[in-house]
Amino acid sequence: MAERVRVRAMMPPGHVRAPVYLRGKEGVIERPLGAFHNPEQLAYGLSAEKKPLYRVRFRMAELWGETAENPNDTLDAEIYEHWLERL
Amino acid sequence: MPHDHPDHAHDHDHGLSPSGHPYRADNDEPLTYWQRMEIAVRELLIEKARVSPAEITAQIEVMDARSPANGAAVVARAWSDPAFKARLLADAGAASREMGFDIGPLNLIAVENTDSVHNLIVCTLCSCYPRNLLGLPPDWYKTREYRSRAVREPRAVLREFGVDLPESTRIRVHDSTADMRYIVLPARPAGTDKMTEAELADLVTRDAMIGTGLARTP
Repeated sequence: MAERVRVRAMMPPGHVRAPVYLRGKEGVIERPLGAFHNPEQLAYGLSAEKKPLYRVRFRMAELWGETAENPNDTLDAEIYEHWLERL
Repeated sequence: MPHDHPDHAHDHDHGLSPSGHPYRADNDEPLTYWQRMEIAVRELLIEKARVSPAEITAQIEVMDARSPANGAAVVARAWSDPAFKARLLADAGAASREMGFDIGPLNLIAVENTDSVHNLIVCTLCSCYPRNLLGLPPDWYKTREYRSRAVREPRAVLREFGVDLPESTRIRVHDSTADMRYIVLPARPAGTDKMTEAELADLVTRDAMIGTGLARTP
């Protein structure tokens, strides 16, 4: 059973790699990717601590509702742990 | 289509080339902020003897020399060698380095197309692309149109590329949002059992490795 997560629906300013179209959406962890320097600091030349990164898989129905071309097609994106909440 | 330029017949301001195309205008406009910044930093690095003009030119040549042929060689090896394919799907970066490709610190994931799954790569936030293995991305890959539509209506986008997949095929779109880069391992075409690795590589197009195309059939 894959771990279910939701992308946090935050709107902080700055360089953020969690796309707006995925915020608030639920998916499952496809695989952990290891830890990478947080781009939210790295983009400004600041010392950036490493944060765990995951590939999260979303169903198209979750992203686009009834207007999805095919509800069972999927979209995978890399999301940092501090942008995810466990369900 | 490349020769459908309706304005040709009336645009004679600068004349036309012998092949009937307008000459490109000189780039006489002022430099942008970032162009000035690039020149300033480059000249400073040269003045301080941190890099030489020859080194900069050599690095540009390295970048320009990368082409989809590198990725095609990796795909052809995976089609020919099941053990290599397993290593590619487990760690595409390590498998590419094993073939001698200098892909730098790239974190690469290979995603496999099968009879029931088709993968498509996009970067909605910018233009992330496995340049070290495929060379520079095509211009359309960087457009807002491709970046927004690939995640919203991938089947319609694929049809425009000439790839019409049945509803029973699961489409998996991969948005390169952070540190990973992706390459599609296309399905090996039928009728290629007796082909050599080099012959197979000729069937692997750039678009097949982005997912907007399929491998050629012989």
